[in-house]
Amino acid sequence: MTPISQVSGKAYPFGRKNVDTDVIIPAHWLKTVTRDGLGKGCLESVKKEPGNVFTDPAFAGAPILIAGDNFGCGSSREHAAWALLDMGVTCVIAPSFSDIFSGNAFKNGILTVALPQDAIDRLLEVAKTDPISIDLEHQTVTTPFQDRFLFEIDPFRKHCLLNGLDEVGLTLAQDATISAYEARTGETMPFLAHPTRHTA
Amino acid sequence: MTKQPRTLYQKIWDAHVVDTRDDGTCLIYIDRHIVHEVTSPQAFEALRVSGRKVRRPDLHIAVPDHNVPTTARRDANGKRIPIADPQSAQQLDMLERNAPEFGIRYIGDADREQGIVHVIGPEQGFSLPGATIVCGDSHTACNGGLGALAFGIGTSEVEHVMATQTLLLKQSKTFQVNVEGTLGAGVSPKDVILHIIGVIGTAGGTGYVIEYTGNVFREMSIEGRLTVCNMSIEGGARAGLVAPDETTFAYVKGRPYAPVGADWDKAVAWWQSLASDPGATYDKSVHIRAEDIQPTVTWGTSPEDTAPIGGVVPAPEDFADASKRDAVKHSLDYMGLTPGTRLTDIAVENVFIGSCTNSRIEDIRAAAAILKGRKKAPGVKWAIVVPGSGLVKEQAEAEGLDKIIIEAGLEWREPGCSACLAMNPDKVPSGERCASTSNRNFTGRQGPGARTHLVSPAMAAAAAVTGHLTDVRTLSENS
Ligand code: SF4
Repeated sequence: MTPISQVSGKAYPFGRKNVDTDVIIPAHWLKTVTRDGLGKGCLESVKKEPGNVFTDPAFAGAPILIAGDNFGCGSSREHAAWALLDMGVTCVIAPSFSDIFSGNAFKNGILTVALPQDAIDRLLEVAKTDPISIDLEHQTVTTPFQDRFLFEIDPFRKHCLLNGLDEVGLTLAQDATISAYEARTGETMPFLAHPTRHTA
Repeated sequence: MTKQPRTLYQKIWDAHVVDTRDDGTCLIYIDRHIVHEVTSPQAFEALRVSGRKVRRPDLHIAVPDHNVPTTARRDANGKRIPIADPQSAQQLDMLERNAPEFGIRYIGDADREQGIVHVIGPEQGFSLPGATIVCGDSHTACNGGLGALAFGIGTSEVEHVMATQTLLLKQSKTFQVNVEGTLGAGVSPKDVILHIIGVIGTAGGTGYVIEYTGNVFREMSIEGRLTVCNMSIEGGARAGLVAPDETTFAYVKGRPYAPVGADWDKAVAWWQSLASDPGATYDKSVHIRAEDIQPTVTWGTSPEDTAPIGGVVPAPEDFADASKRDAVKHSLDYMGLTPGTRLTDIAVENVFIGSCTNSRIEDIRAAAAILKGRKKAPGVKWAIVVPGSGLVKEQAEAEGLDKIIIEAGLEWREPGCSACLAMNPDKVPSGERCASTSNRNFTGRQGPGARTHLVSPAMAAAAAVTGHLTDVRTLSENS
């Protein structure tokens, strides 16, 4: 996974509340076989609204999305995180997130930043014309106008994101422990450790 | 030091702890992983992108089941017939390429051993008692019928298991579901689990692993135990299991992947030690009298909406809880049912006998016993019997069951998930009813607008010949 320490650039000033996973990626995109290409389906219905920020060339390729309360509610589909990532979004700022979504986002290396509504309102205003910066190390969101907002993040998640560690990578770091277990059970439980096809 | 008495679940858990973290989270070793075409493509892709391998390919088997059509797989010359739906075909192609690329055994759609993930695991002897077993489908708990700790996982976890052969888990609480007594004639394992879900509710097992105890399960065949454990998830539990015993060992012995020789003896000795110790305690328990269980059907859109076949469609006012009353109103509306209607007066246009819940040989036998010498009712437009695997199909055909089924006017199909989730062409038309042996009666599960009544295989067969939900005890077995 790509480590994240700073995210700077344009931000989609979206601001909508209760954006659910069906809106982030509609169900008809789920029969796909790759994570790539889901960006096209990302926020598909919103992109059809006149004047939306996602098809506005001024924000093309923005790495940041600013949304309203309860972002990512609905189903547990991991496709929601994949779709955002495929669209180029690596950081979502909102007053709150659904638990499952923030977990899925984290697993896929997306930083979710929760800030109070007044801070969100200010960022939505700035983002219309200017870039925004997120500094994960110092847990700050700043603007070119001296705005500086502090945010909270779980220390374990911060560590993983800063170092580009995904859960698989973290567990792989325990390879020796897993190998020791396998060596042990290869002796004590060979019937579980080594399935062999005896008959056809 | 005297050892604390432990439950079956605790013993399997303890045997699989690789590492324990400060917060109590454990790294648990996964013995078996069964891979299907729907939840695996993105996991394989992630491995490829990050340059990772499957750590232990020998502990995985891949097989397509969710998408496959249940019509002929090969033409008259034995040539494989391509799948018409392009997206289904693509998911199958991906699995066919991914599995060998990562060293995993692939059972193809036209292979004689192909079948539903949860049917072929036990059938191959790949799923074993005491093992930890996962699959990207929530009915993996099915394997618990062998006394295995088995549960469904999501795509990220599929990738985690492939790369590390482990999962990070917190221990669940334990829930004892005890059924004692004598089951009446015509009462099948499916009726037992439907009745249990009716008693505990769909959230009854949330946060728990269920252990099914009592003479009813001890006397039950493995096929029956697999049916019961299969629907643990409908009772809210991620897993459910029955302690392995002599019936289990007899079932496992001689299967393709079953241990042999000294390994077998070692295995049996360990399996015999797995039963919960006397004095072991559960976080909660429920006790059910076998005599209270009738042939059971569902009338609503939640698996807890069960009633004995002799009953009537309930009214929303029959429920104390306000939100349940609302849900029932919704359900009845969707199902097109009026409170007070006798369940046996509900006509069905479709019958589906299949799914990982009820597609093993015993299920086909139970259906055939009712169908024998009878004919599908004129009102029934579509009635299919879908065996759980190619081997079940062979066995049924060797016993002549296919002929009985076809003579009765039902279709005898190729193995797969089929109308359980209607991801392939097998769908129930909108607004029509289906007596189905599957596990979920959710809105739209068997196709948009489809109305599902969950039943046992014998009850489904009874509905097929009468054209309405029927108490199977009123029909004799024609042998
Ligand atoms: S038959 Fe239904 S529940 Fe079983 S594995 Fe297939 S889709 Fe899942």
